[in-house]
Amino acid sequence: MIATGQTLKVVEDVKGRSLWVDARRRLTRNRAAMTGIIILSAIALLAIFAPLVSPYGFNEQNYDIIACAPSWWPAEASCTVPGHVFGTDSIGRDLFVRVLFGARVSLAVGLVATLVSLLIGVLYGAVAGYLGGRIDSLMMRLVDILYSLPFVFFVIILMVMFDRNFILLFVAIGAVEWLTMARIVRGQTLSIKQKEFIEAARAAGVGPLATIIRHVIPNVVGPVMVYVTLTVPGVILTESFLSFLGLGIQEPLTSWGVLISDGADQMETAPWMLLFPALFMAVTLFCFNFVGDGLRDALDPKDR
Amino acid sequence: MMAYAMRRLLGAIPTLFVIVTLAFFMMRIAPGGPFDSERRLPPEVERNVKAAYNLDKPLTQQYLIYLGRLAHGDLGPSYKNKDFTVAQLIGIGLPVSARLGLTAMALALLLGTALGVSAALRQNHWQDYSVMSVAMLGITIPTFVTAPILTLVFGIYGISLFGHELTLPVGGWNGGALANMVLPVTVLALPQIAIVARLMRGSMIEVLHANYIRTARAKGLPVLRIVLGHALRAAALPLVSYLGPALAAILTGSLVVEQIFGLPGIGRYFVQGALNRDYTLVLGVVICYAALIIVLNFLADIAYGILDPRVRLN
Repeated sequence: MIATGQTLKVVEDVKGRSLWVDARRRLTRNRAAMTGIIILSAIALLAIFAPLVSPYGFNEQNYDIIACAPSWWPAEASCTVPGHVFGTDSIGRDLFVRVLFGARVSLAVGLVATLVSLLIGVLYGAVAGYLGGRIDSLMMRLVDILYSLPFVFFVIILMVMFDRNFILLFVAIGAVEWLTMARIVRGQTLSIKQKEFIEAARAAGVGPLATIIRHVIPNVVGPVMVYVTLTVPGVILTESFLSFLGLGIQEPLTSWGVLISDGADQMETAPWMLLFPALFMAVTLFCFNFVGDGLRDALDPKDR
Repeated sequence: MMAYAMRRLLGAIPTLFVIVTLAFFMMRIAPGGPFDSERRLPPEVERNVKAAYNLDKPLTQQYLIYLGRLAHGDLGPSYKNKDFTVAQLIGIGLPVSARLGLTAMALALLLGTALGVSAALRQNHWQDYSVMSVAMLGITIPTFVTAPILTLVFGIYGISLFGHELTLPVGGWNGGALANMVLPVTVLALPQIAIVARLMRGSMIEVLHANYIRTARAKGLPVLRIVLGHALRAAALPLVSYLGPALAAILTGSLVVEQIFGLPGIGRYFVQGALNRDYTLVLGVVICYAALIIVLNFLADIAYGILDPRVRLN
């Protein structure tokens, strides 16, 4: 998302109507996508500045206000506390700040794992598509084999075996998600390869790797960006799924999956503990989907 | 056709081989083992236990022994569930998971298709918008949120239906009684219904613009005839290629659903096995899942060839 904004800004200086200017115009006219971008930015900003936004620490416990509803809670609750907008959790921590810290982890996992998948997938797909022939079919055969593996199960094995290592979680999920990216990039590369400017580069004596990095990859940015915006919510879901099974982020750190899991346990007595994290996560996933759809429409108008 | 099927099935062998190898070594390079419990065994007992399960041999040799047994269809004993072999445990769990998964899949295909087609027929009307927004909700709200909420509403508060107070059991299998299956199957099917509806709407809209549909309309055929007799077959093609990913998603979802509702399926064995480092159990379940996915992908390709005569299987 941030990357999109930057790319578009750079291109803005160029006179004339390039593909990017057109795309940006179409995107800004798309109300659903723009709303998605605004809400996502708001959630991201809240997550980044969480310590400034909330007067409570994310691990600050207060045993006098255990599982209390926010003061505006419409239904009856055993106790209510003013000052805690989302109420408190089962050991008296402020739920609002925990949801924001959960957003930090969930969004970070989403972005970093997507970045990992982006790196592997784009390079792999571009190399396979550009080289073509037997190397291409060998590389894609490998992707096909990996596709039929039940990958989430491998991530679970990894998480259990390596004691829920935080960084490993990023890498493992990223390593799962690169396959589709590789396929998309390869398909694009196959058609770009036939263009004159590639022939010109080759004629000018540019090596294959330099051609791929300088000339092929910049031209697959469009479809890749669309897929990225659809990968991020997928990764966030995977992480929360693992955390829900108790295989993801560990206390006192938290993520939306952990919060939802805790909330589900307390649902009968303290429904707000499930409601707010679930709401934040659902809205985020919703927005990413809208932005992804909007980007696709903006970048590929004939595909509507 | 037969030659194609044979080639596909033979092609599955290297895939399974990669899966077994990956899973085997991934579990072993990590520290810890199935017999490291808090209460340590006396060294000589531990040595004997390990020798009994061949765990004292070098890793490559253990791998070869495992492969050799696997070739004979032997998945080995479970390290943690004493007196059970892995095959027995899978034999207990698989029928439960399969029944859940297949019912959910059938429900998703039926309901999703119906919703998608009705949205396509009323494109850009309120029916279309409402189906698509509900579908969007189904996709973005994860299983582990819908499960507790549905449990709360239907299991604990209960609903009154025609004057009868109706509460559904919130957990347990109870021999696969219908009432016990309602909530888990619904939770599993919801996201798939949403995805199928979206897919179906998209392809149906495309097909409805085709010339042969215009011809059918011009002949004065009723809408139902057009949809069922002409459009559905062509529109179902993207759905068929989605079957493989759908199965994978339902298997993953069943991990959560079996956990939440306390169902004795293989998903629970997998999570428990992974936590206990029950190597053979985890491997067995992974192989079982992979085989399922391979077989269903294969069936989907065959179905694709039958539905679309333009596709030549070779």
